[in-house]
Amino acid sequence: MTVISNDDVQHLAQLSSLSLQDEEIDRLRQDLTQIVSYFDQLAELDTDGVEPTYQVTGLENVWRDDVVETPAVSRDDLLRLAPTKDNQLKVPRVL
Amino acid sequence: MQTIDSYKSLSARQAVEAAIKRAREVDQYNAVLSLVEERALERADMVDRGEITGRLAGVPFIAKDNFLSFGGPTTAASKMLADFEAPLQATAIDRLEQEGAILIGKANLDAFAHGGSTENSAYGPTKNAVDPTRVAGGSSGGSAVSVALNVVPFSLGTDTGGSIRQPASFNGVVGVKPTYGTVSRYGVVAMASGTDTIGCFANTVVDAEMVMDIISGRDKRDMTSLPDFFEPVTEVAPGRKIGLIKQFMDEGVDPAVKAVVVDYVERLRAAGHQVDEVDLPMVKYSLAMYYIIMSAEVSSNLARYDGVRYGYRNQTASSIGELIGKSRDDGFEFENKRRIMIGSYVLSSGYFDAYYLKAQKARTLLINEFNQLLSQYDALIGPVAPSPAFKLGSKVDDPIQMYLADVMTVPASLAGLPSMSLPAGRTDDNLPVNIQMIGAQRSDADLLALGRSMEDK
Repeated sequence: MTVISNDDVQHLAQLSSLSLQDEEIDRLRQDLTQIVSYFDQLAELDTDGVEPTYQVTGLENVWRDDVVETPAVSRDDLLRLAPTKDNQLKVPRVL
Repeated sequence: MQTIDSYKSLSARQAVEAAIKRAREVDQYNAVLSLVEERALERADMVDRGEITGRLAGVPFIAKDNFLSFGGPTTAASKMLADFEAPLQATAIDRLEQEGAILIGKANLDAFAHGGSTENSAYGPTKNAVDPTRVAGGSSGGSAVSVALNVVPFSLGTDTGGSIRQPASFNGVVGVKPTYGTVSRYGVVAMASGTDTIGCFANTVVDAEMVMDIISGRDKRDMTSLPDFFEPVTEVAPGRKIGLIKQFMDEGVDPAVKAVVVDYVERLRAAGHQVDEVDLPMVKYSLAMYYIIMSAEVSSNLARYDGVRYGYRNQTASSIGELIGKSRDDGFEFENKRRIMIGSYVLSSGYFDAYYLKAQKARTLLINEFNQLLSQYDALIGPVAPSPAFKLGSKVDDPIQMYLADVMTVPASLAGLPSMSLPAGRTDDNLPVNIQMIGAQRSDADLLALGRSMEDK
């Protein structure tokens, strides 16, 4: 059985950009341990030499002409969705 | 029962007003999150003045609230998008509007479509249309219940691992999950892009066929969309070969569900079709494959919700890192976080080969088994879910139990196959049970025709 520690959960939370509460960390440790252990059944399958499937309808490299099209959404409509100043998104200090 | 034909004798304004009135009457089911009344009435008047015409002129419909739409909010039933007014509209909605259909509201779902009961909505669960002490199913629970309660004759949903088929079964309506790529996903909140599909609910197969005919086809804004192949089929050839999937009828399945399926098999035989029991051993591994692949894609797709460009923003953060982390912690439901975390785990260096890559290889084995069966059979059938609608609250604390409810719907999703959920009967407790009908890629119309031919048999 795969055992996941609180440190593992905190590392995953960092990778996931989630500032979790303490009780969430504890619950996720238990849930992830249970769920990943369920996943471990795949280990019994022999997949040597089997190609993975990433796309099911056989599409590859769908091209379009290299032409700039009128965007579906205007810059003004996008800027309305967040706090802005001088046409730029406002965020807390970065440095 | 509301069907598309029910609206022929009404003006568009009458139709829209009636649908909105009905939505308010059944408010206690919590199936509809918001109404787009003003825009709907404007469009109804345009239809009545003859400015908009089409096959669905003046017919009201509802879309799951993960379809971006004009005239009101698009929340994905999350706090993250609580105040989000979409600057663009989904292609599927546009195509219905071009045929005169009128969007009257947005339906409840599990937040970001993560769930199988609509209990993960930030706005409370949707109640089952037949028994309000039970779940609606999910994640497209509100769309299914809106049709079952005759608010509208059809609705739009999304199905990534069963989210149309299972609520269709729980409420006894028709649910269509098409071949992967049949309908453009442009303007729909992405969940797991490798299996996300757009489909519909309706009270009759013929209505579902019309909706699919309208929304299907290539869209240059979704590079995975396929050229239009959907053409409703009039006649079903006699003597279809149908396989009953043995692994869908094992001991884990509720006997009441099995009884409905066995009865449907008898009806198929009586109608002159051949039904054989068939083996699909990889079903056993499908749920593990699905939850690995889906969670990986969810963790990637939901990375865009950063609290910076749109959506919920935490106001207490003092740095950019804190802003992103806290906005995501506040804005996502627990199930969203659980899936993001599973996804981060299976994609982590050191685990990628053992989980994500392994699952994608196992998926090839599943597809091979499906292809082999579908070279011999016109359709594969079985239940949609192991049980009828379960009680509200009965599975919310046990993620594995909740995930197991998807065990019969995820195989077709992983293989990109069309899968129909069609009313088949009721249990002794009067709970609806649907039959699932899976076919080869692009056989969507054939499956629906077969289902239609069985509706009155």
